[in-house]
Amino acid sequence: MYQKVLLAADGSDHARRASGHAVKLLKNVPDGHLDVIYIIDKDQSKSDVLHYGNKEIIQMKRREQLEDLENDLKEAGISYEVHIEHGEPGPTIVSFANDGAYDCLVIGSRGLNQLQTMVLGSVSHKVVKRVHCPVLVVK
Amino acid sequence: MNFSQLKMEWLGNIKGDVLAGIVVALALIPEAIAFSIIAGVDPQVGLYASFSMAVMISIVGGRPGMISAATGAMALVMVTLVADHGLQYLLATTVLTGIIQLLIGFSGLARWMKFIPRSVMVGFVNALAILIFLAQIEHFRGNSFWPFVLAGMALAIIYLFPKLTGAVPSTLVAIIVVSMVTVFGGINASTVGDMGTLPRSFPVFLLPDIPLTLETLMIILPYALSLSVVGLLESLLTATIVDDMTDSESNKNQEARGQGISNVVTGFFGGMASCAMIGQSVINVKSGGRGRLSAFVAGVFLLFLILVLQGFVVQIPMAALAGVMIMVSISTFDWGSLPMLAKAPKTDSIVMVVVVATVVYTHNLAIGVVAGVILSAVFFAAKISKVHVSTTIKDEMTRVYYVDGPLFFASVTDFVKSFDYKENFDRVEIDLSRTHLWDDSAVEAIEKVRLKFKQEGTKVRFTGINEESSELMRKLEGMSSGH
Repeated sequence: MYQKVLLAADGSDHARRASGHAVKLLKNVPDGHLDVIYIIDKDQSKSDVLHYGNKEIIQMKRREQLEDLENDLKEAGISYEVHIEHGEPGPTIVSFANDGAYDCLVIGSRGLNQLQTMVLGSVSHKVVKRVHCPVLVVK
Repeated sequence: MNFSQLKMEWLGNIKGDVLAGIVVALALIPEAIAFSIIAGVDPQVGLYASFSMAVMISIVGGRPGMISAATGAMALVMVTLVADHGLQYLLATTVLTGIIQLLIGFSGLARWMKFIPRSVMVGFVNALAILIFLAQIEHFRGNSFWPFVLAGMALAIIYLFPKLTGAVPSTLVAIIVVSMVTVFGGINASTVGDMGTLPRSFPVFLLPDIPLTLETLMIILPYALSLSVVGLLESLLTATIVDDMTDSESNKNQEARGQGISNVVTGFFGGMASCAMIGQSVINVKSGGRGRLSAFVAGVFLLFLILVLQGFVVQIPMAALAGVMIMVSISTFDWGSLPMLAKAPKTDSIVMVVVVATVVYTHNLAIGVVAGVILSAVFFAAKISKVHVSTTIKDEMTRVYYVDGPLFFASVTDFVKSFDYKENFDRVEIDLSRTHLWDDSAVEAIEKVRLKFKQEGTKVRFTGINEESSELMRKLEGMSSGH
């Protein structure tokens, strides 16, 4: 049974679909807990600072990205916590997952940026190779 | 600042800082040379500046982990100064820029920064990107196709090499490979050596060789003011980005003063005015740099490399540097602002475009920023200048007007026109509880309305005026009756 699950989210519809599957894993699990990790990479840092300037607004806007996803989780009655981390998405998710001793990592197969996926390969692919726990890649 | 915090900022991350500093030094070489060439000075001016700036700011800056050196934004402002008056005037301007920044730092920078809207900042970086790109076109003039091939090769390496490894800056790899192709292929291309001298020794402390007259001051002051604004804007933007990337806080006023001190020193060491660099700071943080030591190592190692690799650096083809600059331009441009143009409020989009257009036309980022701030203020005044006056009848003798919206110079014309002065009522009541009187024009307008009604034999009573507004009225009336 999966008790401690990590969900990698980025505010996209793919991530929200992935969260649906995380909910399925944790539904009816006593003491089940979901950690949601949202990675801010350097480009996002730059563009957020440029467009919103001030720290409070930036934090609010980022949290807003996850609003729909959080509402889904609240509705399903899942105990969860959101972690906003800085760095490159792939390696940051990997180290967070490996440090936390999770039973399962749930991740969407694609993120927000199609072009990036084409040029750099998908984040989920790199993560699957290096994470120690089982990974559920949601199509 | 206490000792333990200082020790933490210098020695808290030695391994990460040293490694990141070395990476940044490598990545700085092409940029420092290329920005010197944009400014129209010898590569040594940008290299000395980058050394002095990085080392000084590591000591006196407010944002550990941030890298300052010769930048495109500053280089672009000084082009005409260098062309018209030469290097010595540039060095004097650099010192004066530092003094102005120091003063701004002491006066509390945050107070000034709040007047700069986000759309102006976006316009600033986009204009910067466009100017850096345009400055590269001259390297592709002429009949030879080689510059296109070499720059294309450089760009391909810059974007594809990180797929193999992220340990070495891809810009440096591009420079090395393209230089070797040029040298061993016997390709005839203009090189860094053709552009002027490189440093042969540590920089020496010298006073700029200029006449100390009022005329000199009048030449350098406008440039120093522009450079101060541009340098602080980019430095603070960079500091905030580093704050965000490292999830920590920094002292912006200390950073402004630090930029000032560093520019003063840099001018005396024969360097051009400089500021923080977004791209290099991001490279530093990504490579594990967090503390002051990273900028210090970057500066010292940069100078060491240049002194040792002298013979190699002069052979770098300009087309390879142009490739690096095109990458800098692409990563500086805020691509997210393009789809935003359609979605954002129209006035914000207009401000952004006006900033870009002004900068591309004047080649001065500071003028673009000032134009953007003024235009934003005008749009804001226009937006809030709408007053709405509604009316009801209280009894047979009295009509009541309700005023909504602020009263100030831009709204009083509409306000005065909103009343029907040829009333059949004996009395008029004007309810001011939902308005605010902001300036002398507002007080004057109230007086005008009262007089106009009086001419028609209607008595006017103002009600619900808030305290601040009535105080303003008292003050201004006191002033006019005092004469």
